[in-house]
Amino acid sequence: MSDETPTSVPPEPLTFSESELFIDCYRLMKRIRMVEERLSALFADGAIPGFIHLSIGQESVPVGVSRHLTNSDTIAITHRGHGQALAKGMDLTPFFAEMMGKQDGICKGRGGSMHIADSSIGMLGANGIVGGGLSIATGSALAHKLDGANHIAVAYFGDGALAEGIFHECLNLSALWSLPCLFVCENNGWGEFSKTDQQFRGNLKKLAKAFGVSYQFVDGIDVGAVTDASESIILAMRKKPHPYVLECKVERFHGHFEGDPQKYREESDLATLEERDPIIYLREKLIRAGIAPAILEDIESRLAQEIEQAVASALAGPNPEFTTAKSEVYAHE
Amino acid sequence: MRMNSESVRFGQAIGRALADAMIEDDRVILLGEDIAAAGGPFGVTRGLHAQFGSQRVLDFPISEAALVGTALGAALTGYKPVAEIMFMDFCTLAMDALVNQSAKTHFMFGGQNSAPLVVRTPHGGGLNAGAQHSQCLEAWFAHIPGLIVVCPSNSEDAYGLLRAAITDPNPVVFVENKTLYAKKYAFSESQQPISLGSARVARVGKDVTVVTYGGAIHWAEAAAVELAEDEIDCEIIDLRTLQPWDEATVLTSLTKTHRLVILHEAVESFGIGAEIAARMADIGFDELDAPIRRIGAPYTPVPYSPALESEYAPSAAKVTASVKEIVL
Repeated sequence: MSDETPTSVPPEPLTFSESELFIDCYRLMKRIRMVEERLSALFADGAIPGFIHLSIGQESVPVGVSRHLTNSDTIAITHRGHGQALAKGMDLTPFFAEMMGKQDGICKGRGGSMHIADSSIGMLGANGIVGGGLSIATGSALAHKLDGANHIAVAYFGDGALAEGIFHECLNLSALWSLPCLFVCENNGWGEFSKTDQQFRGNLKKLAKAFGVSYQFVDGIDVGAVTDASESIILAMRKKPHPYVLECKVERFHGHFEGDPQKYREESDLATLEERDPIIYLREKLIRAGIAPAILEDIESRLAQEIEQAVASALAGPNPEFTTAKSEVYAHE
Repeated sequence: MRMNSESVRFGQAIGRALADAMIEDDRVILLGEDIAAAGGPFGVTRGLHAQFGSQRVLDFPISEAALVGTALGAALTGYKPVAEIMFMDFCTLAMDALVNQSAKTHFMFGGQNSAPLVVRTPHGGGLNAGAQHSQCLEAWFAHIPGLIVVCPSNSEDAYGLLRAAITDPNPVVFVENKTLYAKKYAFSESQQPISLGSARVARVGKDVTVVTYGGAIHWAEAAAVELAEDEIDCEIIDLRTLQPWDEATVLTSLTKTHRLVILHEAVESFGIGAEIAARMADIGFDELDAPIRRIGAPYTPVPYSPALESEYAPSAAKVTASVKEIVL
C-alpha cells in the first residue's frame, strides 16, 4: 500500500547515549511482549474472559512514539492497544486486573482489553470499534490547540481502519484546522481476517498528501527509526500545531483475536515472522554493539518478576459488584 | 410574580442559553455546520460568532460522525462542547460517536471521567421537508444507557434545560422541535437552569392526564380547550426530559385523574409512549380506570406532500377523540 518497501540496515556500533536509549527501548518493548505472552497464557487458561487482540510484533511503534509524549499529551488507542497503553505508562496491576474483569481493574472490570483507559496518563481509551478513536483524538487535538499549550494528541489506528469513512473525515478536519494530531498507522498488513490490499485500494501517503498532511514511512522493525521519526515530527507539531501521518510497517504475529487459528494465513508467512521481529532485531543490534547479554537477561528477569507480581495481585483481587457498576451509568457532580 | 417578563422566540431563548453558558464558562465551545457567520440554518446561533469569535464558535465541515467524535475528544480534554446536528435525521451518521463512545465513557472506563457534551438537534415535521428531514428519533437515544435526552416545549424551558444540559457531566441529546423556533413565549430574564429529569404540570385538570413533550404540547393544549367545552378537564404533563423521565410526577397525576393518554409526534410503535404506558400499567395499575391510550405518528416514513403530512401528524382532533374514548 505504501511506496516504500521495508528495509533493514546493518547494525552499527552505538554511542553511549544510543546504548542508553536502546536498552530502555528494549526494556519497554520486552515488557509489552512479556505482558502479552502472559495474557496469551492467562487467556488459554480461562483467566481472561471475552476477546483479546495481541500486538506481538508491533511493540516498536508505541515505544518509539511514546518516548516523546508526556502525560499532558493524549492518545486514543485501538482494540490491539495493550502496547500503546503500556508504553504511555499504565501500571501493570490495574492493567492485568482489568483484563481479568476484577474490581481493582483500571476500569473496575467494566471495560476489559478492548475498552481500557487511563485518564491519569492521558490515555483516552481503547476502542472496540475500528477507527473509533480517530475522531476522539482529533477532538482532543482541537482542545490542545484551543488551550494554546504545546500538547499533542496521537490517534493510533491500524491499516484496517483506512477504509472507514471516519478516517477521511478526521484527516480532512485536522488539515482544515491545523490540529496537532499525530495519526500513527500500525500497518500489519491485515484487517482482521483479510489482507489490506483486498480492503483498501488507496495509498496512505498519497491520501495524506491529498489533504496537504505531511507523511512519513518507517519500518517498524527498527524502534530506532520509529523514535527518530517521532521525535522530529512531534517536536515540529509542538512548535506549530499541524497534523501528521506516520505509517509504520509491522507484522502481526498472532491472530486477529487470541484463539484465532489463522487458517486464512499462509504457512510461509507465519514461518518467516521472526525475521521481522523488532525485539530480536534490537537485541542483535545491542549484542553486536557490545552490550553484555547478561544486562538484557537481567532486564528480562526483572520484568518477569514485575509481571508475576502484578498477575498474582490482580488474580487475588475481588470481583466487581453489579450494584456499584449500575450506579455509575451516569456521572454525578 | 416574575420580573422583566417579555416575549422571546424559542430559537432565541436557545441562543441566549448558549451565550450565557459561554460567558459563564470559557470551556463551552460550539461546533456545527454553518453555525458561525451563517448563524445556523434556523438562526439559533446568530450573533454568537461575532460575540465569541472563531475559537469558540466553530463551523464544522459536513462530517457528522467526526463532529460528535470531535466533541467527545474535546470533552475528554477539558472542554464542554455543544455540537449542533442540523437535522435529527443526520444523527444516523454520528451514531458511533453517540452510542458506542459518548454514552459508554463514564461507565465503561470505571467512572474515571465523563463526557460532558451536548448534541443539539431539531426534530419533527410540519415543514414538508420529507422523510429525511422530519423524523423524531428521540426514543433511540432514550434506549441507550448513558445518554440523557431532553426536549423542551417553550422558551423558558429551552433556556433553563439547555443551561442545565451544558453543566451536566453526561452526554445530553437536546432535541428542539423545529416548528417551535419562531414561536414566541413568555420569558423571564431571571430564568434559572431547570433540573434535568423534572416534568412540568402544564395544565392542571382532574379528568384525564395527557403526557407529552416538545412541540406536541400545542396539540394537547388545543384539545384541552376543546374538551373543556364538553366539561372534560385535562391535566397536561410536559415531560421536558425524556431520559431520565419524571415517573413520580406522571404517577401523581394518574393517581388524581385515573386516566392516561400519551402523545408524541414520533412514530407510536416502540416510542417514548410505549415505555411510559408499560411503566404506568405496572406501578399505576390500581389507579387506572380505563385503558392507556397512545397517540403518535403512524408506522410510515414522514411523507412529503402537505396532503399526506397533515394526515400523518398527530393533531388536537386526534387527542380529543382519544380522550373522549376513555373518559365518556
